Amino acid sequence: MGVPLVSIKDLRKSFGAFEALAGVSMDVTAGEVLCIIGASGSGKTTLLRCINQLVEFDSGAIFIDGELIGYRRVKDRLYPLTERDIARQRLKTGMVFQRFNLFPHMTALENLIEGPVQVLRRDRDEALREACELLARVGLRGKADSFPADLSGGQQQRVAIARALAMRPKLMLFDEPTSALDPELVGEVLAVMKELAQSGMTMIVVTHELGFAREVANRVVFMDHGLIVEAGPAAEILNSPREARTQAFLAAVLA
Amino acid sequence: MASPSQNFEAAADFALPDISRLRIVRRWHIGRWLAAGSIMLLLALIGRAFAQGQIEWAYVYRFFAVPAILSGVMNTVIMSILAMALGIVLGVVFAIMRMSDNPVLRGVSIGYAWLFRGTPVILQLLLWFNLALVFPVIGVPGLFEARTVDVMTPFAAALLGLGINQGAYTSEVVRAGLISVDAGQYEAAQAIGMTRLRSLKRIILPQAMRVILPPLGNEFIGMIKLTSLASVIQYAEVLHNAENIYYANSRVIELLIVAGLWYLVIVSILTPFQMLLERRFARGAAKRR
Ligand SMILES: Nc1ncnc2c1ncn2[C@@H]1O[C@H](COP(=O)(O)OP(=O)(O)OP(=O)(O)O)[C@@H](O)[C@H]1O
Ligand SMILES: [Mg+2]
Repeated sequence: MGVPLVSIKDLRKSFGAFEALAGVSMDVTAGEVLCIIGASGSGKTTLLRCINQLVEFDSGAIFIDGELIGYRRVKDRLYPLTERDIARQRLKTGMVFQRFNLFPHMTALENLIEGPVQVLRRDRDEALREACELLARVGLRGKADSFPADLSGGQQQRVAIARALAMRPKLMLFDEPTSALDPELVGEVLAVMKELAQSGMTMIVVTHELGFAREVANRVVFMDHGLIVEAGPAAEILNSPREARTQAFLAAVLA
Repeated sequence: MASPSQNFEAAADFALPDISRLRIVRRWHIGRWLAAGSIMLLLALIGRAFAQGQIEWAYVYRFFAVPAILSGVMNTVIMSILAMALGIVLGVVFAIMRMSDNPVLRGVSIGYAWLFRGTPVILQLLLWFNLALVFPVIGVPGLFEARTVDVMTPFAAALLGLGINQGAYTSEVVRAGLISVDAGQYEAAQAIGMTRLRSLKRIILPQAMRVILPPLGNEFIGMIKLTSLASVIQYAEVLHNAENIYYANSRVIELLIVAGLWYLVIVSILTPFQMLLERRFARGAAKRR
């Protein structure tokens, strides 16, 4: 285990008087797949959104790839980064949303090349070629010219994963990627994620799919009330949790 | 109590009369016939009144396409398009300012809408036209200067007055469109490294257009007719030129009819463009097929 790709130190975030993150610390090594489980409202989404700077945290620190997120350090002061620098930092992470959030006015292929061409200023033809390969990789070779509205939920989510991958991120964040899907469509998305994990991608996955966590995750983190209650190897947390709260949660989910 | 399924079985036992060979008599729709009849009668009466009234239709025909009227029509079309374009640019800019988290920009945008929506357009036109009374000379000191009367031609005053006023209304239309786009779209755009401005341009505005276009088409039709107000500041649009003709020949009603017909023509020609635009921005919408 070398330097962690993601390092989170005592992260805190409140919405008004409500403390959504109450001091979260954790490391994620390059190539690791980390699954976050926990009850609704326990702060899982907020944690992911802090990592991707979609919300500003109140205190603590996040390092990605050795780089401090959101701030520039000059001696013993921290200066907030400009919007442009934050946008640049976001390029290291790809994000997959619960509700897909594909751009509805663009075809699947256009969704994929939008970032590479508009943000990374890559050559359009090259981006197109790479996008076609990515679509094939997620099993949607024939859907390049389909609009999101004409795709099933599972297909849309696979396009969304490909869109994030098109930016060549070092880290992929998944926020309950299958919980908006009909049960029969969950498998195809999980299969793509599993393939991605096997290819060596570093992934942080918020999920209620315990089977996926057991099979794919290197480590599982259980969160409750804005805190990490328990973390460890997947088998250990899922099969023989030590904390009573973890036991109660797992009992409720498996029931 | 019988459950629904028991009811169903019971119903099957009855021998219902066979009506499959009976003829169905069409409904009469008496209301429609009455309405159509009375409207035809009313139109006939109005038509007769106009035919017998003091209107020399020959004059309408004669002045319909004289050069002064045609150039007025051109000026009306040009002013409508330019003022609307200015209004759209200002509307988009001020709508984006209104949604920024910079409180100064937000305040400026609110103040703009308040000022220009709160005063009559005709008053704004007169103020622009008479700007020379306030500032005899305008320009950037040292760089260039000009006498205001030379700069503030009827054309310039009409464009500024109508365009800036339109921008105040359009900004609200655009804001409604921006709000209508799902917040997840902003996040997805940010997640692929877009800045706020770029995501507005590439992701949010194209989707907002679907909501913006129908009311904007409405506003454009309003603008075509609003240009007639510019006649009070001597802008040579079609109503102004019609007035000039009837000052000379006293055929007031005939020339007003000529102008009115032209407005109808302009609106009828420009309206279909809205449909084309709407189709263009319906790209990817669920009800495409
Ligand atoms: N923008 C916000 N404003 C106010 N409260 C918020 C906001 N975002 C999240 N919260 C609150 O913070 C808490 C944690 O939310 P979060 O979305 O992180 O939970 P979660 O673990 O992802 O839950 P779920 O499983 O339902 O997605 C919730 O109680 C939520 O109501
Ligand atoms: Mg969540």
